[in-house]
Amino acid sequence: MADSIFALSSGAPPAAIAIIRISGPAAGAALGALAGDLPPPRRASVRLLIDPRNGEPLDRALLLWFPGPDTATGEDLAELHCHGGRAVIAALESALGRISGLRRAEAGEFTRRAFANGRMDLNIVEGLSDLLTAETEQQRRSAMMMAEGHFSQRIEQWRRELLKLAAMAEAALDFSDEDDVPDADIEMQIGGAVSALAAEVGRQLEAPSAERLRDGIRVVLAGPPNAGKSTLLNALVGRDAAIVSDIAGTTRDRIEVPAALGGTAFLFTDTAGLRDQTDDAIEAIGIDRARAALDGADVIIWLGAPEEAPDDHRTILVAAQCDRIDHEEFHPGIRVAAPTGQGMDVLVQTIQDRANAILPGPSDYALHDRQRRGVAGLHEHLIGVNRERDMLIIAEELRLARKVIDVLTGRAGTEDMLDQLFSGFCIGK
Amino acid sequence: MRTSYDVIVVGGGHAGCEAAAAAARKGAKVALLTFDRATVGAMSCNPAVGGLGKGHLVREVDALDGLIARAADAAAIHYRMLNSSKGAAVQGPRVQADRNRYRAAIVEMLMAQPGLSIVEREAVGLAMYDGGGVRGVHLANGETIEAAATVLATGTFLGARLFCGEDVAIGGRTGERAATALGIQLRDMGLPMARLKTGTPPRIDGRTIDWARLESQPSDTIGWTMSPMSSGRTLPQLACAITRTNQATHDIIRASLDRSPLFSGAIEGRGPRYCPSIEDKVMRFGDRDGHQIFLEPEGLDDHLVYPNGISTSLPQDVQRAMVRSLPGLESADIVVAGYAVEYDHIDPRALDMSLELRAAPGLFCAGQINGTTGYEEAAAQGLIAGANAAARALGEEPMILDRACSYIGVMVDDLVLQGVTEPYRMLTARAEYRLHLRADNAETRLGAIGAAHGLIGAARQARQDMRAAHRQRVVTDLARRKTATEMARAGADVRQDGARRSLFEWARFPEVDRALLFELAPALRDGPADLSAEILEDAHYAPYLDRQQAEIAELRRNERVVIPSTFDFATIGGLSTEMIERLNSARPETLAAAERIRGITPAALAAVLVHVRRRAA
Repeated sequence: MADSIFALSSGAPPAAIAIIRISGPAAGAALGALAGDLPPPRRASVRLLIDPRNGEPLDRALLLWFPGPDTATGEDLAELHCHGGRAVIAALESALGRISGLRRAEAGEFTRRAFANGRMDLNIVEGLSDLLTAETEQQRRSAMMMAEGHFSQRIEQWRRELLKLAAMAEAALDFSDEDDVPDADIEMQIGGAVSALAAEVGRQLEAPSAERLRDGIRVVLAGPPNAGKSTLLNALVGRDAAIVSDIAGTTRDRIEVPAALGGTAFLFTDTAGLRDQTDDAIEAIGIDRARAALDGADVIIWLGAPEEAPDDHRTILVAAQCDRIDHEEFHPGIRVAAPTGQGMDVLVQTIQDRANAILPGPSDYALHDRQRRGVAGLHEHLIGVNRERDMLIIAEELRLARKVIDVLTGRAGTEDMLDQLFSGFCIGK
Repeated sequence: MRTSYDVIVVGGGHAGCEAAAAAARKGAKVALLTFDRATVGAMSCNPAVGGLGKGHLVREVDALDGLIARAADAAAIHYRMLNSSKGAAVQGPRVQADRNRYRAAIVEMLMAQPGLSIVEREAVGLAMYDGGGVRGVHLANGETIEAAATVLATGTFLGARLFCGEDVAIGGRTGERAATALGIQLRDMGLPMARLKTGTPPRIDGRTIDWARLESQPSDTIGWTMSPMSSGRTLPQLACAITRTNQATHDIIRASLDRSPLFSGAIEGRGPRYCPSIEDKVMRFGDRDGHQIFLEPEGLDDHLVYPNGISTSLPQDVQRAMVRSLPGLESADIVVAGYAVEYDHIDPRALDMSLELRAAPGLFCAGQINGTTGYEEAAAQGLIAGANAAARALGEEPMILDRACSYIGVMVDDLVLQGVTEPYRMLTARAEYRLHLRADNAETRLGAIGAAHGLIGAARQARQDMRAAHRQRVVTDLARRKTATEMARAGADVRQDGARRSLFEWARFPEVDRALLFELAPALRDGPADLSAEILEDAHYAPYLDRQQAEIAELRRNERVVIPSTFDFATIGGLSTEMIERLNSARPETLAAAERIRGITPAALAAVLVHVRRRAA
């Protein structure tokens, strides 16, 4: 007999109320043992909960009873909405723990069961995970879109379309001797439909990055030594995160500082000043790291001469240290003096504008690396179909495309990935 | 008659004949039990062997030294390579066979096979050990013959009912008896059983067809054969002809639907979607103005013609009117009426990969009894069941073919894991490693496996050794590396990308033609043409084949995680009842097999893996 699990599914006590969830074949029996009877399914009922061992009252609680399989976990499921005191919860948990066939859930186990029973696909699981860890409003909105299944629905549309195309290709291969299956026509139809699908999948590749949304937009401050990068960083994050001095080459390693500006998460990176010649081995390593940071940046704030700036759409030119240096009149950068605050509001606004272009809009979701790799793989196979005239290879590319979809939704995939995903989950949801 | 053998095979159809022959090739003493000696090797339906997907099975059975391909060649009166304009992986060799010559060829091979006896007796039941194992077969005359392993290849004869219009008869094939007692016993054993239906068209007297008015389809002229062991095409080749149904045909059918057992509800079993009756075609695709009918001669000295495409169970008078509505058949006579047959089959998920019933050790099943349709599917299962029955009797390792090596493996895996909802027919679409599983490389894929299991005779082995030796020379020649400049100098107008590639890699470039390859790799020119063609096809699809090899490697890794046969899936926490039911019905033997069962999610798999490891620890 499969075991049943329970866990506190609401936040840390004490709180006004707490929710304990029970899932599995013994859920009904457990609920009955505590409440005296099984309340009607899917209707909130108030009951006095007693300790089945000695009949002692434990709490008066609101109960929900969901018989499987149409439940969040795909199993019989019960919820106890009890008072949120530590002792109440402890008493209920220990009473549940003594019921045979019931045990405490492991981390992520409710979600794992829901996923195992096909109640949610991997993308919804990931969306839920993001929702639980969301700290900014943007993160919450995007996670919600994912958890509500907006991306899953899109994939499902693609899957259906691919299935239709694959069926056509297979008909051309396996039933070419039937007069109902016209060869040339099928090639044309597949070609046209795949072009349209490839274009739509390609557009999804431009969806914002969930990692950026979670970890922050990567803003890298760069320029020659002594250009005022560290001073500007401290001003942006509002504290003395980097050491500031007049000595060129003070910052030798990269310094990463997370900060939120206007509700958006950023990761600011101060880097060693870039110069071609240095006899300091450690500074040379720092310069290499600075260049690596530039490669991975979403936004580059360049404090050097405009003509030496990285020729890149990511770059924001800054004419720094306006309080100390007379910049040329035609310097195209934003004029900033960190100590006086001059130009800081313009710079912050510019950084936020750049971030908004990268981050999801109000009704948009962001894609994780895993999802983006899947979408890119799918795109590649669709392009592969369009390159080919050999129906055998067209069918093979369509098969591989369907495999990618299965990996995307978690219908197929490696255990490693799943284990990593679920171990990162908090108990109970 | 002896009363004890190593292997008993019940049924002399395509599955039974291959099973008996394969078991005997492995050295077992075999009894092939049949109602009637004259029906051994009978083609009860379409007089054709091969086709898309099916041709692959025929070549694979042949590579394991089976009978079907050689018998087909001995009886072939029409050859056609389906999909000849497409890649070799989906080309389907197909022949029309002379019905009588086919049967004669099969019987001749069976008679020549040492250790094999054809026993003309009716099996009425299985002889069981007290513990549930099968020890032999009870005969209608009251005798019992014993064997370490028994193969059931009873086709449509279990609980069979024939339908021809409002007439219902008990029997598996027109004019023959049904194996009713055996069917009852299997049901009583608690084996999961279900019903399926299939049908055949009426047979027409070819002398009453106006051939001159019809489009003719001649045999193709390239000299390929179904088996490389056959010595070419020996019989005169006949043409088939094509006619079409029309509005008048459809009107006749529609007017009589209430008299078809398919629509009156008399037949409960499900028929194949890919081989619908003409009633089905007219009802489901009412918008079509006509359906193609192939008129296939049944033999050189036989006037019967098989109208492929009008399988039916309508009453005889309707069949006659329908046939006569077809162009060229206005005065055609029906010799044997078409009929539908409904029969019992075993849910093949009760079998393991060796086709042995888990619930009845020593009992193997092959062919239509497992829910499949087609001679080729039957023959392939027969070979597997026969070889494994012999392996059991002789104490040898079973022969398990997987999805990565063969269509046979694909079919057995599909059957034992997914079960059937309609008669199972092979399609190339079922094989995910289709690019690798080609009809032209069956020998290369299966030769060594067949040899390791003692299935390959001396003549075939000599041919395989010769090919292996020659392959080595070709591979050596093609391993030579050439730069783009060198290729251009040799006459190939390739892009000058400065790359140095092996000749094997260059072979897939359209600018590098065959003549040049023959010049640069002489072994390719000097060896057998079929071997060279096979290797060049490999070269052409090499990038895709490499990718599939990576998939196969992953599959094989998961095949190594064995799920014990006593494992109870219900003990795994968090799996839905439906998922547990599917796993317990199919009883996957490995993690890879569990993964292929429909509706099994990776998280469920991970749970299975954890539990299996925990048990092993």
